[in-house]
Amino acid sequence: MNSQAPQVSEQQTPAVGQPYTRNQEACHDLSIRVRDLNLWYGKTQALSGLNIDLFQKNVTALIGPSGCGKSTFLRCLNRMNDLIPSVHTEGLVEMDGRDVNAVKMDEVALRRRVGMVFQKPNPFPKSIYENVAYAPRMHDLVSRKADQDELVEKALRDAGLWEEAKDKLQEPGTSLSGGQQQRLCIARAIAVQPDVILMDEPTSALDPISTATIEDLMDRLKQKFTIITVTHNMQQAARVADYTAFFHLGEIIEYNDTKVMFSTPAKKKTEDYISGRYG
Amino acid sequence: MSDSFDQISQQLKSRHRKSSRLKYFSMGALALAAAFLLVFFADMLIKGLPAFQQAMINVEINYTEDAAKSGRAAVDRDFSSVISRSVVRTIPLEMRNDPSLLGTTQQRWVLASGEVDQYLKGNRVRLDDEEKEIIDHLVESGKVEMQFNAGFFSRGDSKMPELAGIMSAVVGTVMTMIVTLAIAFPIGVMTAIYLEEFAPDNRLTQLIEININNLAAIPSILFGLLGLAIFINFFGVPRSTPLVGGMTLALMTLPVIIISTRTALRSVPESIRHAAFGVGCSRWQVVKDHVLPLAMPGIMTGSIIGLAQAMGETAPLIIVGMVAFIPDVTASFTDAATVMPAQVFTWSGEPDRAFVEKTAGGILVLLAVLISLNASAVLLRKKFERRW
Repeated sequence: MNSQAPQVSEQQTPAVGQPYTRNQEACHDLSIRVRDLNLWYGKTQALSGLNIDLFQKNVTALIGPSGCGKSTFLRCLNRMNDLIPSVHTEGLVEMDGRDVNAVKMDEVALRRRVGMVFQKPNPFPKSIYENVAYAPRMHDLVSRKADQDELVEKALRDAGLWEEAKDKLQEPGTSLSGGQQQRLCIARAIAVQPDVILMDEPTSALDPISTATIEDLMDRLKQKFTIITVTHNMQQAARVADYTAFFHLGEIIEYNDTKVMFSTPAKKKTEDYISGRYG
Repeated sequence: MSDSFDQISQQLKSRHRKSSRLKYFSMGALALAAAFLLVFFADMLIKGLPAFQQAMINVEINYTEDAAKSGRAAVDRDFSSVISRSVVRTIPLEMRNDPSLLGTTQQRWVLASGEVDQYLKGNRVRLDDEEKEIIDHLVESGKVEMQFNAGFFSRGDSKMPELAGIMSAVVGTVMTMIVTLAIAFPIGVMTAIYLEEFAPDNRLTQLIEININNLAAIPSILFGLLGLAIFINFFGVPRSTPLVGGMTLALMTLPVIIISTRTALRSVPESIRHAAFGVGCSRWQVVKDHVLPLAMPGIMTGSIIGLAQAMGETAPLIIVGMVAFIPDVTASFTDAATVMPAQVFTWSGEPDRAFVEKTAGGILVLLAVLISLNASAVLLRKKFERRW
């Protein structure tokens, strides 16, 4: 199964257990390495034998028809699947040279470095300010009130929400529009300065204009963060993603540079999906 | 060929008839239930409201030498049969406490006896014609008056109906409820949090769940027996006290609080938990910072309703000895006490006609407290309800 991007064949990527090294051809550093990942919901296997290298400061899109396992895979990366009692995983998900599923790995520490934005905007039922300030305060990133104010402003600026929200920081986060709420959720995620941001169909509940705003935002955020996004919208993947992985029935069929994948898909299934023959 | 509108309407007629018939049936049921409630309230009000009025007689009290020995000597012989025995009884005590009273005379409104009170309220009494004449005469001369019965709210129980009040029962209820809440609320809420947020879904937790649900349906008197066997006989908690009563009622209230707390926790959307886990909250932080604040109105409503239920409970308290004659207001959690429904129960068993209105009056006070508790539960929920 040739699921790695061609320019990052096994020989060129560092061996399992090694920390980041620069990949010459791709000119991108490795962020998360996945090897032989299998996942079961009870007795039903949802992911089988996934191998993928995810690169730093890039947008990687996971596409595929419904139920193909792309969201499930995304949740493996910050161990949100732990919350589902019936889930059982095997295989390696390695970040920064460490196995995230290891017993020694604290899922709280992992989620501090791997933030998440969900499909439906889910701000906390607290003020806009509190939504952003809560996590940094909880992780002891800030102690003084002034630092906290600064951090909130920075996160909201980075999320492109500052101009709209600066005059109503004390109003509930839920009073914002759907697109603004989603940007608030992004601000909340980046406030703790994670390495990776996982986005689970972040625009599927939004109107086209809000969607465009979020897409622009993703393009800017990849300067600082590694973004892995699930999308069912192929145009979106083509617009925002540097790399795209095509999932089908729990397997990665194809993983490649987005431009290459959308112009010359290597597999028939990918071509059929991209051209809208199913999905 | 499809049916015309007329044909369809024809077929629909019987369906419409059926649905309107059902509507009238349900309206009838509602009307019947409302009528029962109305009759009950009206009956309680008619019987109970007189309890808040008490006949008072204006008498001259002479603090003489004789009065210091027997209070009867202090008042006119005509009056001594119509005023409450409690008045003459306390005169010697008054004089002992304040020796300067000796030789003075006071004009004062004092309690009429229960029989006089009942006579004036138009109830059947055991007074002879001569006594009735005296009263009628007093009424004419303005020496007898119906006044607001403040004593009903400030005194404890008494065997003399004119002296009996609900205060000790109210205090007993408050103290018992404090104990109940102090035990049942934290244990119940923590249990619910564990079961809902932490416990793995296995056979054991399912068994515990089923048993908690069953616990809510156990006849309350069994909790009384449990309280007697465990708290009094085994742990030696003093009987008849707010402590043991509160502990017993806490057992009864626990399942109600657990079930309502779990419902409240479950109603917090999963997306909030995901958001909190997503920013790196530990399980406890998720519960404490995000789930509990949202569930709090529901938890409080459930707890208040559980408390109101416990407040109306009599059966288990009979077993732990809280249906008792408590003339003095209970001072501590380990003194003998009674509660409002138990007081109502005690009064309902008194042979004296005057206690009928006390019973109904007690029920009115209990109902007022319960209704205000439930109203506060609704208000709390309204006030703290937040949208997400």
